[in-house]
Amino acid sequence: MSPAAVVGLSLVLFVLGVIAFFVKRDLLTQFMAVEIMLNAANLAFLGLARGSARIDAQVIVFFVMTVAAAEAAVGLAIILHLYRRRKSIRTDELDKLRG
Amino acid sequence: MPAFVFIPLAPAVGALVLFPLGRRLSRRSVSTLACGSVAASFVLSVAAALSGSGVRIHRLFTWIQAGGFRAEAAFRFDPLAAVMVLVVTGVGLLIHVYSAGYMSRERDFGRYFACLNLFMSAMLLLVLADNLVLMFVGWEGVGLCSYLLIGYWFEKPAAADAGKKAFLVNRIGDAGFLLGILVLWSAAGTVSFAGLSEAVASGALAPSAAAAAAVLLFIGATGKSAQIPLYVWLPDAMEGPTPVSALIHAATMVTAGVYMVARLNPLYAASSSASGIVMLVGALTAVYAGVLALVQNDIKRVLAYSTISQLGYMFLGCGAGAYAAGIFHLFTHAFFKSLLFLAAGSVIHALSGEQDLRKMGGLRKLLPRTYPAFLVGALAISGIPFLSGFFSKDAILLTAFAGGHVFAGILGLAGGGLTAFYMFRLVFLAFFGSRRFSAEVESRLHESPAVMTRPLLILAFCSIVAGYVGLPALFGERANLFFRFLAPVAGTPASGHAGPGAEAALLAASTISALAGLFLAYLFYVRNPALPGRVSARFPGFHHLLLRGFGVDALYETALLNPLLRGSKAVYRRFDLGVIDAAVNGAGGAAGLLGKALALLQTGWVKDYALAILLGAVAFLGVLLF
Repeated sequence: MSPAAVVGLSLVLFVLGVIAFFVKRDLLTQFMAVEIMLNAANLAFLGLARGSARIDAQVIVFFVMTVAAAEAAVGLAIILHLYRRRKSIRTDELDKLRG
Repeated sequence: MPAFVFIPLAPAVGALVLFPLGRRLSRRSVSTLACGSVAASFVLSVAAALSGSGVRIHRLFTWIQAGGFRAEAAFRFDPLAAVMVLVVTGVGLLIHVYSAGYMSRERDFGRYFACLNLFMSAMLLLVLADNLVLMFVGWEGVGLCSYLLIGYWFEKPAAADAGKKAFLVNRIGDAGFLLGILVLWSAAGTVSFAGLSEAVASGALAPSAAAAAAVLLFIGATGKSAQIPLYVWLPDAMEGPTPVSALIHAATMVTAGVYMVARLNPLYAASSSASGIVMLVGALTAVYAGVLALVQNDIKRVLAYSTISQLGYMFLGCGAGAYAAGIFHLFTHAFFKSLLFLAAGSVIHALSGEQDLRKMGGLRKLLPRTYPAFLVGALAISGIPFLSGFFSKDAILLTAFAGGHVFAGILGLAGGGLTAFYMFRLVFLAFFGSRRFSAEVESRLHESPAVMTRPLLILAFCSIVAGYVGLPALFGERANLFFRFLAPVAGTPASGHAGPGAEAALLAASTISALAGLFLAYLFYVRNPALPGRVSARFPGFHHLLLRGFGVDALYETALLNPLLRGSKAVYRRFDLGVIDAAVNGAGGAAGLLGKALALLQTGWVKDYALAILLGAVAFLGVLLF
């Protein structure tokens, strides 16, 4: 697989993630969309690493995966807590922080 | 470091301790510390005066050095300064001791003595300064302290107002003083006294500049020494405690202007027009204030006007070129005026705070120690022969006549008669006649304690004998110790050669004038007590005008004060409220509005925020790519 194809795939994934984020109203699904965007970014790193034969981009992927794992744990905990308090995780019902 | 440097420092230390700690220390330690610091200053003054008569200058450090301008922190001790520090510390010490008794029931004892000490320190700094700029520091210092002490009973609106009035009127004079310093510096390039007299002698100081500076400095003196037209603060200053009045009138404050003129005598001698103004203002003030004193009913206000009048004599002497005579009158006046004030304080104390002469009378028997003291003071100030005021007033009048200033001399003679009249009016009203106070006051009437009467005794003694250090030339060319002592600084007046005949005639004339005043007062207030009422009923308009002080206060109010207040109010409303406050409030309001507008962006919807991030990222990419 050529680097350009890998980068193209990551682009498609990212756009899908963005669309999913804006289309869905369910916080859990939106969260999954964010994960897809993160993985799309990872894929882009890998594709570009392949093209330039450098190792640093591949190392960054590991960092991103670590951070994504931590972020997923925190994010899921927040969503769980939100559900316990409000009995709902629909983002169109949440506007407590309106200025 | 010579000892005289510490003369102003001792009371300053007292003030520095008493201002923060005055409330915590016991009354006994407060008065001991305050009197002790002044006593130390007095001892140092005596020691310095005895240790030689030459001019001694001690430079502490260079105080201001800016471009060509240079002012040293330097003290100067010479015969003139010696006389002044002895008067200030000696009389000041007695007043401090008296205060310990007079003020013993006051709540804020510490603040009183702290201000008193600071007052002494400022005055001594003024006297010992070696240049005009340092003198100005003391000059302002006594102004500040007079404000603090006149307004000592600040809960009383009249006292607070009187303090403010004294301060503001003095500020007007001070502006003149400051301008005078600037003129002298720009014309002569120096502000030290030695430098100035050198500049005058060598002609480096142009006569026109000398005259301008002398007049400007004299404006300062009219403020501080209560001369026409800036005398209005002194009668109101009677709102302060009586010992403070004694201090202001005898030792500190009002003598400053006379001292300044005498100190700068080369400058005034160089300008006959400035000297003429000084002499004329002095002579007019001497009579004018004497006339106003005739109708005052407050015992202290009579004394206040008499001080203004006596200060007029001093300026009359200085203006006529008799600087030593002016200082001589200052010297004797310090004794009898502080004596009169302290004795008046004793009367007020005995009558539970009553100051109205119409509610006194017959106190001669009831106050056996105060009465003779007051009588001695009244005789001395009236110029009755062989008491101190006789010799000093005569020395002034003699120079005036010998210098050909007949008009001023006649005013001075007339003023002498007025002085005797109003002083003995006071004596007869307070100490003779029927008792016009209530039975309640009489039941509490008592002679003052020894701490108050002993200073009276000492001052009475000085009021009698102080004149003998300056005997007129009639008693021999070398009889006048005082003038000979001052001669190195003040020079000898040209009029020492009036001839014994003229001198004897003048002595007789002033004696007759004084005795005539005394006799008239006797006629008016003892022989025929109904007479004053008949006279004032005959000229009701004039009497009323006198009671209102010729309407000068009212004139100042309508001509100066009210327009100024109206202008200030207009500026306050238009500029302060309209521009400054509006700008500040506008800035606050604008920030609030901006916040409200920006708050609209914060919708609380997650998707809106995500959209903002997306748009931001796209915009960032766009910038990066194109």
